[in-house]
Amino acid sequence: MIKAWFKSGSPWIWMTAGAVSINLLLVVGLLLLIAIRGLGHFWPADILEYQYQNQQGQHSVIIGEEVDESLLHEAQARAAGFEVLNDVEYLHQYLVKTGNRDILGSDFRWIQDQYIREKTAPDDLIAVERREWGNFYGRLRAVKQNGEVIAAGEQAWPVAQEKLAKDLVLFDEIDRLQDKDVGAINYNLERLRLKQRALELKNQWNDTKAQEFAALKTTYEAQYKVIQAELSKLNREIKTYSIVVSEAGGREIDIPLNRVVKLSRPNAMSVLDKSIEYVKNFKAFITEEPREANTEGGIFPAIFGTVLMVMLMAVVVTPFGVIAAVYLREYAKQGLITRIIRIAVNNLAGVPSIVYGVFGLGFFVYIIGGSIDKIFFPEAAPAPVFGTPGLLWASLTLALLTLPVVIVATEEGLSRIPKSIREGSLALGATKAETLWRTVLPMASPAIMTGLILAVARAAGEVAPLMLVGVVKLAPTLPLDGNFPYLHLDRKFMHLGFHIYDVGFQSPNVEAARPLVYATSLLLVMVIVGLNMFAIAIRNNLREKYRALEN
Amino acid sequence: MTTEARKTHAIDINALNRAGKSGRDKFDTCISVQDLNLFYGSKQALHNVNMEMPRKKVTAYIGPSGCGKSTLLRCINRMNDLVDGVTIQGKLLLDGEDIYDKNINVAALRRRVGMVFQKPNPFPKSIYENVAYGLRIQGINDRRVLDEIVEKSLRGAALWDEAKDRLNDNALGLSGGQQQRLVIARAIAIEPEVILLDEPASALDPISTLKIEELIDELKEKYTIVIVTHNMQQAARVSDYTAFMYMGELIEFGETSELFTNPAKKQTEDYITGRYG
Repeated sequence: MIKAWFKSGSPWIWMTAGAVSINLLLVVGLLLLIAIRGLGHFWPADILEYQYQNQQGQHSVIIGEEVDESLLHEAQARAAGFEVLNDVEYLHQYLVKTGNRDILGSDFRWIQDQYIREKTAPDDLIAVERREWGNFYGRLRAVKQNGEVIAAGEQAWPVAQEKLAKDLVLFDEIDRLQDKDVGAINYNLERLRLKQRALELKNQWNDTKAQEFAALKTTYEAQYKVIQAELSKLNREIKTYSIVVSEAGGREIDIPLNRVVKLSRPNAMSVLDKSIEYVKNFKAFITEEPREANTEGGIFPAIFGTVLMVMLMAVVVTPFGVIAAVYLREYAKQGLITRIIRIAVNNLAGVPSIVYGVFGLGFFVYIIGGSIDKIFFPEAAPAPVFGTPGLLWASLTLALLTLPVVIVATEEGLSRIPKSIREGSLALGATKAETLWRTVLPMASPAIMTGLILAVARAAGEVAPLMLVGVVKLAPTLPLDGNFPYLHLDRKFMHLGFHIYDVGFQSPNVEAARPLVYATSLLLVMVIVGLNMFAIAIRNNLREKYRALEN
Repeated sequence: MTTEARKTHAIDINALNRAGKSGRDKFDTCISVQDLNLFYGSKQALHNVNMEMPRKKVTAYIGPSGCGKSTLLRCINRMNDLVDGVTIQGKLLLDGEDIYDKNINVAALRRRVGMVFQKPNPFPKSIYENVAYGLRIQGINDRRVLDEIVEKSLRGAALWDEAKDRLNDNALGLSGGQQQRLVIARAIAIEPEVILLDEPASALDPISTLKIEELIDELKEKYTIVIVTHNMQQAARVSDYTAFMYMGELIEFGETSELFTNPAKKQTEDYITGRYG
């Protein structure tokens, strides 16, 4: 009976199907965990007001978002100095995000369920997302203009929102002026300085040049003065309004509106409002720059850096890998040497990525970059241009790392082109090179794309080597901007993978960072999936075009 | 048969062939094979072959599998060069010019000697681009010239009526017989002198085979045709001259009507009467 069952092959089918199911479950579970933890972060949580009475009988009010809960064993609680009121084994406790870091010293605190006298969620509680010091939770008391109260009580809320909207527009304007216009002037001034230094080094600096440069400098400075005047006007304007808020303890404080990103009253929101808010929050997360040591704000520069780096990598690795594979498969005499080369290429794929990072730092950054600086940028010395980790070197290092994948996939593709197709082309008087260009390579292009897909998947998720060759915690400027030459290959950049590490493990505010770690992970997965989908779409297109291989 | 005996035998045949066997008229020679030996590594695949093929006639190679008829055919456009470890001795003259000369341009030679393979092998491109392929290789990209030649070639391959409305469709959408005619159109688009057909109908159904055979009949007015076939009836139907090969040797070569009705060699007779092979 059992024997027959074994003979029928069904245990084998069960085993293989089971393996597939477990794999599938793990992948789905992983994505689900990341998605739930990460996406939950953007939902506007209710703000709760706790009437809290500790064992000494002191009464206090705590306002904040409940973010986590756990059970504390009574022995542990006693050891921690809590009196266990009821005869229970476990004490329920909540982690509350109280915000108000400037007043309370920290953003989070654990509170014991047994001391909570009352828990309410009044509509008038507000959350103030500030540019510094994290969130503020409390009640809005009044709005002030130049120190004078212009609205108080119930009228304060609409007025505050209206004034905030105005201030945010002003803030964007200031930001744009500072970043783009002042940035461009600074960039030009720096270029001017470098040009002057270069001419001095070549002994070509003379009076005419000096006058010319001085004139340019004056123009830039004049432009700067105009912008500066504009800026100080805007800065005065933006400082007009402030709000008066009271914290849980009742203390009133003034918050200037230019330090505020968002005002919200989540308790008064309907589900629809919250959904809209949710989408807004998510959008802000992927389009804004990080604030407060990356624990607040968005991750746009990291997404941008990741995508740009991967694309540059693809641009470098594809031609290199394809050319190498074409030589190995089509031109090299097959024998011991090609076998050794193939083994070496395959082994290269197994080298730990950090080793590539070390190589990239030693070879690309110090040797190549250092030489480039010496030859082409002597005027910048002692500051390095390419002799320091940057986008170009990161892309090249990853290109090297993914080269074996592309070579192997391309070779595979080339070997699958039927002999009859090559012969057909040769018989029409095409040379070997013409046959390669016109027929073989186009037909191998789906395989090349497969190699590229694998390369992109590997490169986008790589972090270790990047830490050595160009990724930073916070890049002041994007590697792509409006200043000539637009793409700045020498700049350092931010990367989602490194961002996860940085936010999760190098952050001063671990509790606040935790949801961000999940959210950023989710984004990283989405970026990789997006890049892959893009490549797969191209591949399917090519496959459709060259489906001769199927038969 | 010992090697020695085989050699004398072969020379005997070749002498016969060259003298113009059994009162055959002297014809206009297009391709002349002289003392051709071919080795794959150390294995000899062709033994001292000598023969002459007439211009604008159809020459068929027949013989059992592995007798070297395809190998001989592929010598004519130097397709065997692609095989690793192949050595070729002797001469093969096309219009009196040795195509195995060091100075010969192989690509140019293949433009003069077109080839159609056993299995249809259209490129995964449009019908139009398949036919235009050889021309584009030669740098002809003028749309008007291409249009004209593509039409002429497709008409020449009796495919125009079926394909004229779908020139930009993928060639792989055609049926096997159409694909084979497309490949013939592709070959005649570059106006070769010689067309080599390597069992062109072996992968096709009877009706497609018939069409190809009719086509061969038309094509011989303009081209010298050499065809390898497994099918003796086909050889008898389409060819003017037939060569029977066995074990890498040319056993007999002569006018088709004569070879089939009155073979000079016992081996030939055995083969065409179906006693072996």
